Amino acid sequence: MTTLEFKNVTKIYNVRGAGQLKALDDVSFTLNSHQTIGLVGQSGSGKSTIAKILTQLETPTRGEILLDGVPIPRSGKGLRRYRQQLRMVFQDPFASLNPYHSIRHHIERPLRLDDVVPRNEVDDEVRRLLLRVRLDADAVIDRRPHELSGGQRQRVAIARALASRPAILVADEPVSMLDVSIRLGVLGLLADLQREEGLGVLYITHDLATARHFSDEIMVLNQGRVVEQGPADDVILNPRDPYTRELRAASPDPEKHFRELSARTSGGAQ
Amino acid sequence: MTDSLLSVRDFSVVYDVDPPVRAVKDVTLDIKRGEIVGLAGESGCGKTTLAYGVQRLLRPPAVITGGDVVFHDKSGDDVDINSLGVEEMRRFRWDKVSMVFQGAMNALNPVATIGSQLEDVFLVHRPEMSRVERRNAVVELLEIVKVGGQRLRSYPHELSGGMRQRVMIAMALALRPQLMVMDEPTTALDVLVQREILRQISQLRHEFGFSVIFITHDLPLLLEISDRIAIMREGEIVELAPAERIWNDPQHEYTRKLLASFPRLTGEKGVVAR
Repeated sequence: MTTLEFKNVTKIYNVRGAGQLKALDDVSFTLNSHQTIGLVGQSGSGKSTIAKILTQLETPTRGEILLDGVPIPRSGKGLRRYRQQLRMVFQDPFASLNPYHSIRHHIERPLRLDDVVPRNEVDDEVRRLLLRVRLDADAVIDRRPHELSGGQRQRVAIARALASRPAILVADEPVSMLDVSIRLGVLGLLADLQREEGLGVLYITHDLATARHFSDEIMVLNQGRVVEQGPADDVILNPRDPYTRELRAASPDPEKHFRELSARTSGGAQ
Repeated sequence: MTDSLLSVRDFSVVYDVDPPVRAVKDVTLDIKRGEIVGLAGESGCGKTTLAYGVQRLLRPPAVITGGDVVFHDKSGDDVDINSLGVEEMRRFRWDKVSMVFQGAMNALNPVATIGSQLEDVFLVHRPEMSRVERRNAVVELLEIVKVGGQRLRSYPHELSGGMRQRVMIAMALALRPQLMVMDEPTTALDVLVQREILRQISQLRHEFGFSVIFITHDLPLLLEISDRIAIMREGEIVELAPAERIWNDPQHEYTRKLLASFPRLTGEKGVVAR
């Protein structure tokens, strides 16, 4: 069991000519392995700042991140171990893979850097990971990213994230760049992996519908503050915070649309 | 006068590459006056090629290989778009049919004020207008789309994404066209801004009575905004029906598959296996 604690984190950016911007304001949450938290909010709400702080691309202005109760070391082996424990899947599978390198290279690197398996087992492990994300290992292993479809590339990115056997996965809009008919497939894969590997997943998205179906809990962020958090169905079906209600009302919901439409027309006929 | 605004008959487009790609195959579609028709489908299904093709906006290697596009002008004239000469076509575009492009960021000139870009429309298409008339028309347009006339001298980077998209809508509205083609007009925007823009499009449609071809892959959104929806796959319209029928009683297997690709916000769970 691994526990990631985001504790009273405030992040202030100094914006040239515009003073200070509070991107995160005293945000706290706990993510355990075997658990998926959906992080929703509109553009600029601070979702990506949380991802950047978790991956140590930014340091918090105040507050701290604890992994199993231990603050993240600033450098050295400890930081390396933290990064091995927490991996990221990015939004754009066209940008997150290196066009010069083969798929094999992408997945081998974390295996070698973190000494996950003995050297002579690296090739088998690469194939195992590709199978794990339901790719035909023989067909893709020596290819380069441009030879694969968007969905295949995102599967490669997921395999790469899993290579170091992390406890926590941060997925920032992992399917929004993919074609609609394959989105559910990739989300379903992530859900299966989450369950089977006991991963803790932070699913960052602006899509309330997938957040509801994919997450155990949902956390709503508005202007750097957590305005609501709770079991996914409660937050989406019975939102308490006005901002969550606003987000829900703005999200396309054909079910509600046609229900209201038929209520209006039958009401008019009476 | 029929209530049909645009009649597309057996329209085909081929990308003349090796091997040739039949991007649009014998599409027949009627757009009625004042209606919003949604074109839905995945990337590469030909929805954008179709919408650009009917305005002859495609460049080589795209070739229109067959079909007719007739525009039924409100004056009563029928315009065969394929037979228009270069100059006639130039006058036809934007005057009768305008477009709202996907990336407002890229569609606006970053080094010109939005006022001057809107004025260009009148300068080209309404050369008889005076400077003052042009300026007044631009202010009026910015007021209509609720950006505000005082933003005339703003540069695109000084506006938010939603405001820029409104400027694009103002530009498309400038000559009071009878048809607007909107290509993923809200895809890059977040849900709250998207909702405002959609409301505005519906409202302007009621006010000015133009028809809309609304292109997007976002079927739930399309179901809410469209009168009728055409589902495209591999260059063909596989189903064309009122939005409510697409939702309640989809006929084609692919329509059902596409509908199933979107988890329901408030409906049953179980789409994502958990």
